[in-house]
Amino acid sequence: MYYALYLITLLSKYMAKEIYQNNAPHTLNNDLFHEIGISSARCYQCGKCSAGCPMAEDMNYTPNTVMRIIQAEDRQMDLELLSSESIWLCASCEMCISRCPMQIDIPKIMDYLRQKSLQERLQDKAANKSIIPFHQSFLDMIRYTGRSYEVGLVLDFKLRSKKIMQDVDLVPKMLSHGKLPFLPDGIKGKKNIQAIFKRTLRKK
Amino acid sequence: MEKIIGFYPGCSLEGTAREYNESVFSLAKLFNIKLEPVPDWNCCGATAAHNISKKLSLSLPARILSQAETAGMKSLLVPCAACYNRLMVTQHELFENEELKSEVEEIMGMGLNSPIRVLNVIQFIQEYIYPGLQEKLSSPFGKKVACYYGCLLIRPHDVLNFDRTEDPQTMDEAMKMIGAESIDWPFKTECCGAGFSVSRTDLVAKLSGKIIKDACDRGAEAIIVACPMCHSNLDMRRNTIDRLLGYKTEIPVLYITQAIGLACGLSVKQTGIQRHIVRVDWQRLNSCLPEKMIKEEEDIHG
Ligand code: SF4
Ligand code: SF4
Repeated sequence: MYYALYLITLLSKYMAKEIYQNNAPHTLNNDLFHEIGISSARCYQCGKCSAGCPMAEDMNYTPNTVMRIIQAEDRQMDLELLSSESIWLCASCEMCISRCPMQIDIPKIMDYLRQKSLQERLQDKAANKSIIPFHQSFLDMIRYTGRSYEVGLVLDFKLRSKKIMQDVDLVPKMLSHGKLPFLPDGIKGKKNIQAIFKRTLRKK
Repeated sequence: MEKIIGFYPGCSLEGTAREYNESVFSLAKLFNIKLEPVPDWNCCGATAAHNISKKLSLSLPARILSQAETAGMKSLLVPCAACYNRLMVTQHELFENEELKSEVEEIMGMGLNSPIRVLNVIQFIQEYIYPGLQEKLSSPFGKKVACYYGCLLIRPHDVLNFDRTEDPQTMDEAMKMIGAESIDWPFKTECCGAGFSVSRTDLVAKLSGKIIKDACDRGAEAIIVACPMCHSNLDMRRNTIDRLLGYKTEIPVLYITQAIGLACGLSVKQTGIQRHIVRVDWQRLNSCLPEKMIKEEEDIHG
């Protein structure tokens, strides 16, 4: 009896995979399941994730709405989600998953959506002027020195985002408190780090 | 006998969170522990890496783990909550998935054999400081404090398996042990805005503002943290926060190692207290400190 059940599950899993590979519609829902193994079907829209999310107030698509959109399997909605600012506002605080009764890994989904949004060049305009260039400045700093240095990072970000005057009032205080170290040469394994970047961030 | 453990400082501790580094080292020295930095360590990639590329976000911490392993380290103290989180998550993901692990090994051109014990600062305190604490306690920290854990020290619970997710207790316990009174409040694990400090200061001010306001309203005299990001948002961003709240707040933000260090008789300089942007008002905190320390602080600030 159990054995038969087991066989049926195995078979249906196999078939599901076949069907996906052959003629699955290209939706976020499918991609999500096959690329990071998260099934949106488990979400029953209780809203606990959004109730605890510190950024929900500022998001157009709150975490449970994100789940609903993914469930809907509508290409148009998918595109809107990928080009929203909301996915960039997620601070990866992990509150949603820790409260979700179904333990759905929303932070991982958010990471996935952001990466997808960049790959498909759909990133939101506002995020593209603030949050994304900051991430890029941060990564560039690591790429070339192996570490991140706040001074260089902030300068680089200011140039990219053209927000030169922001935070200048902090500089004298930070200097007098010994909080602004000079830019060092970087670590010995710089080559190694650059190779890691090259292999993981291939430009499309 | 001197104990030696591996140490991963991370970029913040060498930069804006110097005082955290100083206090960790002073405390370790006091308890006869030698912290051995990971040779030629690199940045863990923090939030930026996992926002942009999953493989990158795993490879950077993996290199650190590999360097530590090659140096023969069995346990690794990681005081920065963000680095601790990234190292734990990476270790978890890689040792659970052989295929992913070999892919990452290939990307970084280095190998990983067995998991290392990664310790956050509280675990370090519990394991290495608690045993000798009562003996070294010279000036109990008799103040009302709000312990602020933030996100990365305790979430995701499945991976970190440390403390309770909703009402963590470990920092409160540590503070009670050095004579402080820890208040009950609902903001222990709320997010401060984390890595948006520079790119979206407005959001950070809003979230951190709520935390500061609640701690003040409940009569806390200091906020105790264990994360450089939380500290810089609550301390360095205080001007912006005050502007948003509409009044000046004076509550200082201390690293847990600073509080314990002070209680064990370390000086202001040894714990790096003078580096905070929000000045620690010793007139209000002074009942727990010996005279000479108050004088030292006054000298520094003139
Ligand atoms: S908490 Fe979980 S189940 Fe509830 S709406 Fe959010 S994702 Fe869905
Ligand atoms: S991880 Fe992101 S979506 Fe989840 S609660 Fe935090 S900010 Fe909200």
